[in-house]
Amino acid sequence: MLKLIKPGLSTTIQDAGRPGYYHVGIPLSGALDQYALRLANLLVGNEEGAAALECTLLAPEIEFGGNMIVAVAGADTTPKLNGTAMPLNESFPVRAADRLTFDFMRSGARLYIAFAGGIHVPTVLGSRSTYALGAFGGLQGRRLIAGDMLAVGARTSRARVGRRVEGELSVSCPKEQVLRVLPGLYDHRLSEEAVESFYADTWTVGSEADRTGYRFKGGRPLRFLDRTPPFGAGSDPSNIVDAGYPYGSIQLPAGQEPIILHRDAVSGGGYATIGTVISADMDKIAQLQPNNKARFVCIDMCDALAARAAAQRRLALLREALQR
Amino acid sequence: MSQFRYSFGGDEHLFVEVSQEMSLDAFFLSMSACAELRRENVSGVTEVCPANASYLLRFDPDVIKPQELLDRMQGIEERIRDAPKVLSTRVVEIPVFYNDPWTNETMMRFRERHQDPRSTDLEYAARINGFDSIGEFIAAHSGSLWFVSMVGFVAGLPFLYQMVERSRQLQVPKYVRPRTDTPKHTVGHGGCFGCVYSVRGAGGYQMFGITPAPIFDSAQRMSYMQDFMCFFKPGDIVKWKPITRVEYDRDVAAVEAGTFTLRVEPVEFSLDAFQVDPQGYNNRLMESLYA
Repeated sequence: MLKLIKPGLSTTIQDAGRPGYYHVGIPLSGALDQYALRLANLLVGNEEGAAALECTLLAPEIEFGGNMIVAVAGADTTPKLNGTAMPLNESFPVRAADRLTFDFMRSGARLYIAFAGGIHVPTVLGSRSTYALGAFGGLQGRRLIAGDMLAVGARTSRARVGRRVEGELSVSCPKEQVLRVLPGLYDHRLSEEAVESFYADTWTVGSEADRTGYRFKGGRPLRFLDRTPPFGAGSDPSNIVDAGYPYGSIQLPAGQEPIILHRDAVSGGGYATIGTVISADMDKIAQLQPNNKARFVCIDMCDALAARAAAQRRLALLREALQR
Repeated sequence: MSQFRYSFGGDEHLFVEVSQEMSLDAFFLSMSACAELRRENVSGVTEVCPANASYLLRFDPDVIKPQELLDRMQGIEERIRDAPKVLSTRVVEIPVFYNDPWTNETMMRFRERHQDPRSTDLEYAARINGFDSIGEFIAAHSGSLWFVSMVGFVAGLPFLYQMVERSRQLQVPKYVRPRTDTPKHTVGHGGCFGCVYSVRGAGGYQMFGITPAPIFDSAQRMSYMQDFMCFFKPGDIVKWKPITRVEYDRDVAAVEAGTFTLRVEPVEFSLDAFQVDPQGYNNRLMESLYA
């Protein structure tokens, strides 16, 4: 067992996600930085999609009820066990009454704490991930609060202390990111100047940046071409007849602040989308803090698939490094 | 020759716009394409999401190449174009307590975000649709059938399209700026679409009333949600039934007791037959609900 002494800003139980229900509005959920989740899980010998804690911006304080093996990966911070600095990206042991705390996140927005055996909560529709809007999954469908107690499953035979990665296989959290976008969807509704300026400008992450989506500001306003609203669409030029939203799609309500939808996305709506961040760059978004910067780069499907393959090679190297 | 508009959403999604504007024809084509794809059970396709006049697919490009999926969907488009437009679906009666105190209380907190701060949502809706009273508006709203054309935004939330000629469709714009609160189970309207809020939360649709019927429940307590936690599916046909406060309270008590049920009747819907005589066809559908 472990106990949340302080819950942190927004800490939820997440795993590999809950695919298959987007057609009724239930999103994928799961760790926003899937690579960091898998890294943390593999460090403690778990199956890589096991349930772990996702901690946002301000990490929790945890007291342990028994011996465990723990690993932390993601944002750049210093874990402290009973006040002693511990490494990121390395599995370490804890004992009953030990307390784990964290310094503030110097860079990056999300930290993953994995426990050997995985967090033991019921699955809902095949996943332990928390879907807060639907109030199910994780622990009672909500973020953790002080006093919450969590059970951990039986550790696997691969669980051992001192597993580590460094360098290329660890998570990097730069304060400015380049996000690769496949243009399309409704980008034909934008003026040429708007398309140009969207990709030319540097955008700043707003304070509304959460598991549903990230809002960006600071770039030039983006003009949609005028038209007679099609029947069923709202009257603003940025409106469409409500349609499905891909994960990573970029919407522009009234041409103002772009919103990129993430793993707790609303599944559809009435705002035009102008393109989609590629799958290989979704983890990068998860590590952006408010006021970090991003630039968008326009690529084609060929490059998107090449980036995907590169991301998979990195994951394969990680598995190879940690599954011995 | 493809008439739908195909566009990839990153490396994992294919978005297909059947039509820029909403219509029952576009909705049927979207549903048919998705139904055909599901029947083909294609490896690598992980989400099939029909919505109004378009549909969205999620796929794993390592299992099925993007171009392969695109080619397959264009082939499906050709095949469904001339297929009979029929749908095996169900008619559902949803009780609605129109002009309820909870949506009225909520709208008073957000009046400055509304087109007409001095009217209620129902008064505004009635006026701009040319009705002399909210009673007449409610009669028009509840007197016709509505197709569930999309389920989403959040879990289990249905969007509905009125099954009457376009000239008779009720239209009310969304709030100028959205509210940060809407009671759970509010029956609402935005543009030409109705909706039922499945959870409490932000929203911009006009609020007409409230239903006692749970439509999303992860605990699946109601008899009609034993199979799945979301009640509505795209293609469901809804009849709104106006109820009084007394009936609403009775229904809420029945929900608490676990005895509340909904009237649901399976039907075969034919779009061609409907378009020949919409009112007559709807009357027959409603009769089958009450038979």
